[in-house]
Order: sequence, then C-alpha cells, then structure tokens
Amino acid sequence: MNTQSTFLERTTDSRHLKTPTSGALQKEARETGGGLLTGAEIFIRSLEAEGVEIVFGYPGGAVIGIYDTMHRLNPTFKHVLVRHEQGGTHAAEGYAKSTGKVGTVLVTSGPGATNCVTGIADAYMDSIPMVVFTGQVPTKLIGNDAFQECDTIGVTRSITKHSFLVRDVRELASTIKKAYYIAGTGRPGPVVVDLPKDVLMASAPFHYPTSVAIRGYSFAQKGNMQQIRLAAEMIKESQKPLFYVGGGTITSGAAEILTRIARRINVPVTTTLHGLGSFPENDPLSVGMLGMHGTWFANKAVQNTDLLIAVGARFDDRVTGKIEAWAPHAKIIHMDIDPACISKNVPANCPILGDVKLVLEQLEPLLEPKDTTAWLAQIDVWKVECPMDFKRDGKLRPQEIIRALRDKTGGHATVVTDVGQNQMWGAQFFTYIHPRTHITSGGLGTMGFSLPAAMGVAFGQKGGGLPVISINGDGGVLMNIQELGVAAAHKLPLKVVILNNSYLGMVRQWQELFHEERYSHTDLSSTNPNFVQLAEAFGCVGLRCERPEDIQSTIDAAWEVTDRPVVMEFKVIMEEKVFPMVPSGASTDDMITASAEDIN
Amino acid sequence: MLTSQQIFRKQMAGESLHPDGTDTLQRHVVTVLVENTLGALNRVANLFSQRGFELESVSVGEAKDQTLRRMTLVTTGNDRMIGQVLRQLNSLIDTIEVEDVTHFDHIERELCLVQVRCPASERQVLISVVDIFRATVVNITPDSLTFEVTGPPAKINAFIGMMRGYDVLEVARSGRVAMRRELAFEH
Ligand SMILES: Cc1ncc(C[n+]2csc(CCOP(=O)(O)OP(=O)(O)O)c2C)c(N)n1
Ligand SMILES: [Mg+2]
Repeated sequence: MNTQSTFLERTTDSRHLKTPTSGALQKEARETGGGLLTGAEIFIRSLEAEGVEIVFGYPGGAVIGIYDTMHRLNPTFKHVLVRHEQGGTHAAEGYAKSTGKVGTVLVTSGPGATNCVTGIADAYMDSIPMVVFTGQVPTKLIGNDAFQECDTIGVTRSITKHSFLVRDVRELASTIKKAYYIAGTGRPGPVVVDLPKDVLMASAPFHYPTSVAIRGYSFAQKGNMQQIRLAAEMIKESQKPLFYVGGGTITSGAAEILTRIARRINVPVTTTLHGLGSFPENDPLSVGMLGMHGTWFANKAVQNTDLLIAVGARFDDRVTGKIEAWAPHAKIIHMDIDPACISKNVPANCPILGDVKLVLEQLEPLLEPKDTTAWLAQIDVWKVECPMDFKRDGKLRPQEIIRALRDKTGGHATVVTDVGQNQMWGAQFFTYIHPRTHITSGGLGTMGFSLPAAMGVAFGQKGGGLPVISINGDGGVLMNIQELGVAAAHKLPLKVVILNNSYLGMVRQWQELFHEERYSHTDLSSTNPNFVQLAEAFGCVGLRCERPEDIQSTIDAAWEVTDRPVVMEFKVIMEEKVFPMVPSGASTDDMITASAEDIN
Repeated sequence: MLTSQQIFRKQMAGESLHPDGTDTLQRHVVTVLVENTLGALNRVANLFSQRGFELESVSVGEAKDQTLRRMTLVTTGNDRMIGQVLRQLNSLIDTIEVEDVTHFDHIERELCLVQVRCPASERQVLISVVDIFRATVVNITPDSLTFEVTGPPAKINAFIGMMRGYDVLEVARSGRVAMRRELAFEH
C-alpha cells in the first residue's frame, strides 16, 4: 500500500480528533496506544489484537467506514469479499470447524444482517464459534425505520449465544474482546455485535484488554470426581458397553484421548454425524455412525448395549428416533459441557458436567482393560449380516463415487457435505480417520452449506493441509453457487462434487417411501443448469461423468488441477435411496435396510 | 411428567411411574439477578417463548446493586421442566444468579389496585370490608373507589374474590416479588 497517500487520506478524515496532528504523529500515537482512534480504527486494531486471521465480509453504507479504514491501515488479517452474506457465514463456520478457531464475519446493516440469519442459526445449532459484526444505523436513528435499519439484535436473539449492541465507542474494544471470548469458550456458539455507524465514527483511546471478566458467564471445566468414580464403576460392571460420541468431543479436542481409552478398555465406538472423525473408522472397534441413517450394526449395538457412554452428544431426535424404544437396555453415562443438554431428552443414570476432554482425563486412570470379546464378536456378526454396500450393475451410483474419493485420498481429506441424500452417502461411504475432517450442517440442515463452508476450510489451511472435498446435491449446490467465483479468484483447489440425481433426492425418497410416490415439486431436471458450463463461467474446471467406469478417470483428472476449483458433475441415477433408514418417529428396531437383491 | 423413555423403562421394569411425585405440575417462583439492561430483560423473557416454557408473571425492579435488576418469575412445570428452566436461565450470559425459591423459606408479596363502582351512600360499608384486608383507598370519585392492597398472593386472590361481589371496574396486579427469608433469629 502507498503509505504517502494513506497519510493524506488520514488527515482529511481526522475532523473529529480533538487535536489534529500530522499523519505520522497519529500513526505513532496509534502504535503507542496514546492517541485517539476512530471506532473503525479500533475495530481493525481489536481484530488484529485478537489474532483474527481472516474476515469474510460484504460492505455497505453502515460499515463503509470500516472498509475505508481497512483500505488505509492494511491490517494483518485477510479480508475475503464473498458474494452473498450467507456464503460468508458458512465460510466462517467451515473455517471455525476445521481450525478450531473463532470465525469472523463483517456485514452491513439491514439486508446484510438478515442475509446472515441462516448462517447464524446454523452455527447456533451446531455450536460453532463465530462472531458476526453487523453495521447498524446511527444510534439516534435506531427505532425510526431508517434506511436499511433492522433490529438485528432482536431478530437474532434466539439464535445467538449472546449479542451486543455497542452504543459507546469507548466500549467497542472490550465488547469485541468479550464477543470472541464468549463465542469460543464453553459450549461455543455465534455472537452478534451490532455496530451503529456513529459509534464507528466517534473516537476514543484504544486499549485492547488482555483478559475478560463477565460476571454472569462461566463454564464447566473438570467433572465431579464422585460422578467419575461412579462412571468407572459402571463401565467395569457392564458386559456390553458402547461409546456414543458426538461433536462435543471434537470441539473439546478430546478425540485423541477418547481413542486411546476405547482401545485400551476394548469398548466399541459409534459416533453421531458430528462425531465422525473423533474415532478412526478404520479401527475394528468402530461401528460407524448411528441414528436415522446410521449403520445397521451401530443401531443394533445401541439397541443391545447395557451401557451407553455418551461423550459430548445430545441425544438428538435424528439419533434416537422414537425415544421410548431407543437403547432400551442401557444405563447411560452422559458427559457434556452444557448443563442444559444433560438429561434433556434422555435421563442419564450418571450425568457428568464438564469439558469432556478434562473429564476423560480424569476417568482414564480409573479404567482397567475389559474383556469384551463376546460383545465384539456379536457386533462383528451384525457387521457381516448387513454391511454398508451398494449395487454394482453398471449404473452410476453415488455410493461408488464416495468410495472412490475415499480410495483416492485414503481418508486423508476434509469432506464438507451439503444436506440431503448426498450428506448421508458422504457420511456413510467415506472413512473418517481424523477429527475436524468431516464438516456438515447437522442441526439446522442448511442446504447450500457445503460450498461456502469448504471454501472457509481451504482459507483456513493457508495453502497446506488435506485436500478439501465439497459434496453436494444438484439442489443445494445452487443455493450458494456464487461463492465458486470467490474460490476461483483465490485459486483454492477445491474438489467440488455434484451428485446430480435431477431431484431433491432426500425429499423424493420420503415421497417414495411415505407418500405413495407422489413426487410433488421435487423434479429439478427442467431447472438444472449445465453444471460444467456453470463451473467454467466461474473460472473453474468443469468435468462430467456419466458411467461408473469413468469415475476413476474423472477423479484423477480433478486431482491434477491445483490452481483452481474443479467441479465434478456425476449424473447419478435418481432412484437410489439412502439405507439403512429409521423412519422419522419410528423405533430404531424398525430400521429399513436395502433388500439383499438390491445390493448384490 | 416423565420423559417418554423414562415411562417406557419404568413400565418395562414394572415400576410405578412416579412414587416420589416428581412428575406433578407445580407452580415455581424463580428469582433472577440480571444485568441492568433492556437486552438482558429481553433475553430472559424471550427464553420462555423460545423454549416453550410457561410464564405466568414477571416483575422487575432495581436490586441493591444498581447495575443489576432482580426479576421474579412465576412458572409452572414438573421437576424436570423446572430443572431445564433453571439451567437455561443460568446459561444466559446476562444472568448473575438464578434461584428457585419455591422450596426455601421465602417471602412473596404482590401489590394490587382495584377500582370499584361505589356511590357515596355505600362507601362506608365497602371501606369497612376492605379494612379487613388492610387495603387503603388511593383514589375516590363521586361514584367509584380505588383500593391498594399488598400481601401474599393468596391474600390478593381473596381480596379480589371479595370484590367480585361489587361492581369491579378495573384490576391491576403487579405480579409477585419474592426473596429468601434470612433466619437470623431462629435458633
Ligand atoms: C434451505 C433448505 N431448504 C429446504 C430443505 C429441505 N430439504 C432437505 S434435503 C432436500 C433435498 C436436497 O436435494 P439435493 O440438494 O439435490 O440433494 P440430494 O438429496 O438429491 O442429494 C431438501 C429440499 C433444507 N434442508 N434446506
Ligand atoms: Mg439431488
């Protein structure tokens, strides 16, 4: 950046400084923390002090001052101009999920803020740490239906962990500090900080606090030792124990210790959709994913276990199905950081409130290796009885594509799935080995999540890291397709897979199974674009594959491209369904599986 | 109310469903100390609609610490539901202290204003009735009287019940405020 012009601009913009000084002196004052900074400058300096690496944003009237200041100050963080604010929020989520750091979004007031609502709700449901800065009309206009005014705090109240409206520039830095602290600690979640335009223009001394004290906020750390001893006793006495592992395990960084414990005491592990990657699925103790579209053997194990050890999981209805009939023989140990989560859906015999990593560390020394041979043998029988497989009859099936992607990468890739059938096949047929390598919108089920989230993952890797694979349906991918342009501009080597079944496949599946094949408004064939041309229009490479024998060459070709995204359109058959399936509200025992002749 | 899974399990084990009475709906009085901001009050009230909890009455005022406010909430539920209410309230960043005072020795008070149509000729009779409740006359017109009465909710109910026999024009109740009782002088 041209520093000379920076200083010139700086001087013209310094009306509200009490003592106008030369640009150089102001710069020095900024650096020594002695002078006054505008709200916009404080904002930038605070993000720098917070160690923010990347901001996904979109400018507008209410935040134009911040963008102007960004241009002048050349901050240490990178700003990515997304093409839709929703895409920005999902990118921040993807960044946060894969790095474990807090994601940052910056948007303008009114429509900028409302476009973020879906992403904020998504982050809330999936406990993803994210701070969303929204512009706001000047404080004196708030409540007047001013141009581009929206009660952002009100609109987002029930989908945020917390929110702030900054009314005084002197509180800006400390509010930003609090926002990051709240978003990233305890059970993480999104925090909204609403920034009125006049606050950004007013001035104050800058001081970024090094610590925060929020009197109403605390979170669980270690677990209660008495409860942990009880848990150890229950584990010792159980015959058929089963770990039921959720996303909280990955969030707390407990995947490693969980894996160590399970292996040492020979207890099998099933994970939720968000728990994928917390325990290596290539380990014989893994029984894969449980729940509505979980494996037959995981759900069998749940229905037969006598002790369910829930680690950072929340007994979601997509996991339990008809709750009365779920895990009917099991006693339950439930470790979670969120007191409101424990015993919310299913009563726990041994609740342990705490950070699951710390709790597992406390538990580990109390555990002895167990002899679970008979139980593991039973599970192996189930695994053979109904393995995860698919039919090979010369037609292009989505499962085969996911398997090929797994074989291409050996499971060493970050897979970001969208919502629908593609999400379930992505979960079922890839083999997840590392934590933070499976990313999806589980709680809210937001179509259009995958592409921008995968972009966020790639930005977080800063060039290195595992390949990033975005798996999409032909429906969802169009919901944030605009971000392809951003990924291309930044030369991100995303592998974008479109499983094009010409249908809103998951809805079609329900229509077929539960609505007597009335396919009401789920046929996309007449509105689908030419995906290859679309990819190329955005500056990406577009590839199409229509036959199983071309899967490998398509993938190989895609892996040759390293300087831009590749979009692989697979024209899969529309009839394929996701199995096994526990119909919504049914008992887990009434799981539907693909019939044998369908598979072989 | 038990969770459906609890019911299922108890039935499988042939146990009685609720020997301890924990499933019975009960009115609970919860006091909350919150930050003295509009946002904080909003969040507390919003939580009830967001999570589908009952909210019968709310009263808010300044607490001893000027930067805080004390809210008294009245809600109905079984032990499990109330447990959820308390945990969710606690998890709000703006709440400093959340307490279910129902089972502690505590004081509950409510204030109520009642306006009754009353021609001059009947005034003395009516005032002698409300005297029993230690209600005071706070406004008077040629054909109406307005009373103020404070006390525990049961007394307020009784007072309003008594006034039903007259021509009540308007009733305004403050909602309860509650506080735990200090037992300094009891052994
Ligand atoms: C934003 C949004 N709208 C609607 C839905 C409901 N929905 C869930 S899955 C699905 C179909 C998805 O179709 P597609 O993206 O083609 O994926 P497929 O199931 O075919 O793999 C729909 C409409 C949703 N989850 N999100
Ligand atoms: Mg589709």
